[in-house]
Order: sequence, then structure tokens, then C-alpha cells
Amino acid sequence: MDTGQFIQRDETCWEIEPKGAMHVPAIIYADAQLLQEMDQKVYEQITNVATLPGIVQAAYAMPDAHWGYGFPIGGVAAFDPDQGGIVSAGGVGFDISCGVRTLHTGLNIDQLQPHKQALADALYRTVPAGVGSRGKIHLNHKTMHGMLTGGARWALDQGFGEQRDLERIEEHGCMAGAEPHYVSPRARERQQDEMGTLGSGNHYLEVQRVAEIFDPAVAKTFSLRVGDVVISIHCGSRGLGHQIGTEFLKDMAMAAAQYQIALPDRELACAPLNSPLGKQYLGAMRAAINCALANRQIITHLTRQAVATVFPGIHLGLLYDVSHNTCKLERHMIDGQKKSLYVHRKGATRAFGPGHPDLPAAFKEVGQPVLIGGSMGTSSYVLCGTQASEQRAFSSACHGAGRAMSRTQATKQWQGRTLVDQLAAKGIIIRSPSMRGVAEEAPLAYKDVSAVVDIADRAGLARKVARLEPVICIKG
Amino acid sequence: MMNMPHWEHFEHEADIGIRGIAPTLEQAFEQAAVAMTAVVTDPELVSDALAVPIKCEAPDNELLLVSWINELVYEMSAHGWLFNRYRVAIDGGKLTATAFGVAVDRQKHQPAVEIKGATFTGLHVYRQADGMWVAQCVVDV
Repeated sequence: MDTGQFIQRDETCWEIEPKGAMHVPAIIYADAQLLQEMDQKVYEQITNVATLPGIVQAAYAMPDAHWGYGFPIGGVAAFDPDQGGIVSAGGVGFDISCGVRTLHTGLNIDQLQPHKQALADALYRTVPAGVGSRGKIHLNHKTMHGMLTGGARWALDQGFGEQRDLERIEEHGCMAGAEPHYVSPRARERQQDEMGTLGSGNHYLEVQRVAEIFDPAVAKTFSLRVGDVVISIHCGSRGLGHQIGTEFLKDMAMAAAQYQIALPDRELACAPLNSPLGKQYLGAMRAAINCALANRQIITHLTRQAVATVFPGIHLGLLYDVSHNTCKLERHMIDGQKKSLYVHRKGATRAFGPGHPDLPAAFKEVGQPVLIGGSMGTSSYVLCGTQASEQRAFSSACHGAGRAMSRTQATKQWQGRTLVDQLAAKGIIIRSPSMRGVAEEAPLAYKDVSAVVDIADRAGLARKVARLEPVICIKG
Repeated sequence: MMNMPHWEHFEHEADIGIRGIAPTLEQAFEQAAVAMTAVVTDPELVSDALAVPIKCEAPDNELLLVSWINELVYEMSAHGWLFNRYRVAIDGGKLTATAFGVAVDRQKHQPAVEIKGATFTGLHVYRQADGMWVAQCVVDV
């Protein structure tokens, strides 16, 4: 897009002043090159978000922003319930609480190398991935209720994991305020056999090596050293979240007139936070957050089982677990006053800085780990939250690379089998049930994650700590 | 060819647009659904041993298209089916249909992605100047 449409506030901050129906400015964090490469739709969508009732401060787009549904992917917006603020199903997205969890293995790359193939096979065998895959756990009405209210805590009670995992998960593994009675029978049906499955698309389980450290002190706190092997899991709330998103999007679109909300785009469908529909959505969405947390917890358990077959006796502890499609009630400073706001992050990661009360003791001094997944075959990053991020964008950072090319274009340009062979030549093992799925996720179909992360760092949204390179990738 | 019912995909940066084009609204909905199957697998690989009845309603044609595709997404997700052919009737905002398909076979169909849901993005249902109906939206994968 044309950078002339913006007022450049500093090196990485580009502002669109309020005009028309906009209540607040729209701000994109990027450098000139990333901004030029962004689709004009991001401009359209982020200015549309700025028109929604009760929005405070500004509508933000992260450096990885791209064309989404109503909200851009990489969008952040906070709403005040006392000023008629809204909650938007499109502002959270279909894959509610999709996120990344990273596990330490205690291994270094030299220990892994001789067993790489065996580990890839064990993981691929043990963690269900791809379309139509089913888990071994069947949820009945009672266990479904327990999962929707308990999240990772419920998974722990079922024997999937360890007590100490919980403090390394946002919300300590359990999202409060979940109301399972607003989760429809269809959403439950879609989930009853899907616990502990990765899904498809850009979801994956990756074995990675720490390739570079940018901040040795924070890396030490995060227990990351060059050559260490870690495992990252990227997935969300599966069919349950998708169904909740689908149902509330339609309900909110149909109710907009009743709430006298003028929608510049139907996809921005929303309801006042204080309305019955808004409350129902919040209750169902929080249950879906618990579903995602339980799902990543079960996949962690399966990963531990798979790793133990190759490396008996090693312990996989959590670095952290972040969600990047959520709406959460948080306290933020607005005009010198602490306010309770509902912060939507659609393809954006929460990035609490040092001292935040919600952080576990281990991260109080340095800020939370911010886990940024790359595309298949490319680097991922670990960052940490900063104090500055609170002012910049309600303590938020980017979530990944963001697509640069559509799936249709990607399949025209690459063949899955060729990509797998090319990555194998670079020492990266890919395991996937679908070669077309691999082609659609080709590394070059995404933006350069390093450029995105550099801007997040320079903008003060989060600070770079370590770069991870893939060794094994299980693609859904 | 131009007057025959057909389908195509259109570009969306993160996902895929599905479009059905046909002489009648009903056929355009049927073709949009074939385009949806083609996001997941080659529809030619899917047989039609199974007939699944589907019903939905909505206040306008565009919401009806989203509802129709989402009914199919639900059937595919909850029951593990893939469809290759559809028969649709629409009467005053009410859609009654039969979807013909088979249980997904991961070896045979090599499904590329699962569809999370139909979106309101790129959502249009209209009649072109040449009389052909177009039914389209982006699906989130």
C-alpha cells in the first residue's frame, strides 16, 4: 500500500488519523518496506475496526498484518464496556485461542542428530495430524463439561501432564468465566473425538534447535542456549472453536440492526459487551479457550510419550504457552487511569512486560516469553514482553510471518514432494499426510518472519531473545 | 461452456474464495459447494455412495449461502464425509438439499486442509447481466 496515506510517527509507527466514522486513530507498526508490501485491505480493515462502538485509544495492526475477516489478521483493539464497547466474533476468529506452546527437551542438537529419523517417525505416529484425524479420547457429556470449564487443568486431572506445567500457561491453564451451556450441541459433536489432534493448514508440531541468542540474560532466564533442542506445538480449539465462531458470526450479523450498530463490513459482526448475545459469546469463547489449552496439553502428553520411546528418561518441561486469537478482560492504562478493557487479539500475541501481576514468578523480572511461529522450514522466534508494549499496543506483539501469497498461487508454484526433498537436503525432515497441504504451506508463500520480528523488536512491542531453526516438522 | 453451471476459486491472501456460476440460484449454490470440496481434495476422487439431507434458512441469499456452506462444513467435520455432488432447492429463504458423498479416505483423497468455516468476506450472491447467477464467499482454512 501507499505510505503516503499515513502520518509517520516514528521509525516503525504509521498512523491514520480519525476520519469519517472512525472513533480513534488506526496505527500500523511496520517499516516502509513491510508497509508497502501490505495489502490495501489491511488499511481498509483496520480503519473499519476504528469505527466500532466503545473502542479506546487506537486500532492497531502488528507488523505481520494481512487481509483477514473484518479485523485484519495481526489486529489488536480494546473496548470499554462502560462506553458501549462491543465483542466481535470476527475479531477473535474461527480458530479461538489458536496458539503456540514450546517445550524444553534438555537435549542438544548433537544428541538428537543420530536419532532424528526415529524421533520424526515416533512423533508422526503418536500425534494425530491432518484432515480427518481423530484422537484416542472420546468425550461424553460429563467429560466435555469438565474440559470446557477446566482447560489444561482438566487435562492434568485426566493424567495428561504435570502440575508444574500449569504455571507456564496463560491463565494458569484455565480460562475463568467459561459458560459451557452456551456451547452448542454441534460444537460439542465436532469436538468429541478431536482432543489431542493438531488439525491442518498452518498448524504443526516442530522439533527445533536454538540457532541464535540475542539477549543472553533473558535467554538464561528462559533456559535457552545455542544448540538446545526444543519442541513447539502450534494449534487451537479445533472443530469446537470453529463451530462457535461460525454460529456467533451469523447471530451477531443478524442482531447488529437490533443493537443499532452500523457495520462497515458484515464480517465485523459484533454485540455490545453488556448485551445478552455479547455475554453468551464471551461465555462460549472462554470455553473454547479452555478447549485449546486442553488440546495443547494433551498433545504435550503425546509428545512426551513419543520422545520417551527414543530418549527414555528425559523430561520435557514447558517454556510457555501463548494464545493469539482471543478476547480477554485486562487492566490497562488509559489517559493515566487503569481501566478494565476487553482486548481483542486476532493473530496477535499477548506480550506482558516485566512486573505484570499475571506472570509466573520465573518471568516477573524479564517479561513473558512471546512465541512466534515461522512458516514450514523457516525460523521461529522467542521474544520477551517489554514495559513499552503497554503504551504501544496494550502489551501485544506479532504472531507469525503472515502469508505473502494465496494458497491457490502456492499450489501453482510448488509441488509438495519437491519441497519435502528440498527441505530434506537442508536437514529438515517433513512428515505430512498431504503433499498438497505441504505445497500450500511452502516457506516462500509467507513473509520473511525475520523482518516481521525485527520490526516488532524495533517498535518496542517485544524484544528478541532467541531464534529457532526447524529440524523436524509434523504438518497437519 | 459459459452457460453451463461451473465453479472456480478466487484469491484471498490467507485463504481461498469459492465461486459457483450457473443459470439458476440453486445451481450456483450447488457449484459453490463443489468449489468448497475442491479446496479439500479433487472432487473427481470422491464417489457419491451416501446421500445426506440438509436444511437451513436465512433472511437473505448471502446469509443463506454462508449457512449452506457451514452446514456442509459441519457434516464434513463431525462425520468425516466428503461430498462431490449436490441437489439444492430454495424457496423463500429456506434451503432444502441433498449432499452426495462418501467417508473421507486419507490415502485416496489426500485431503489438503480442513475448512474451519465460511466467512462473510468476498460474500456476494447476484445475477449477472447475462442472466447467470453467481454465489461466492471466502472459506477460512
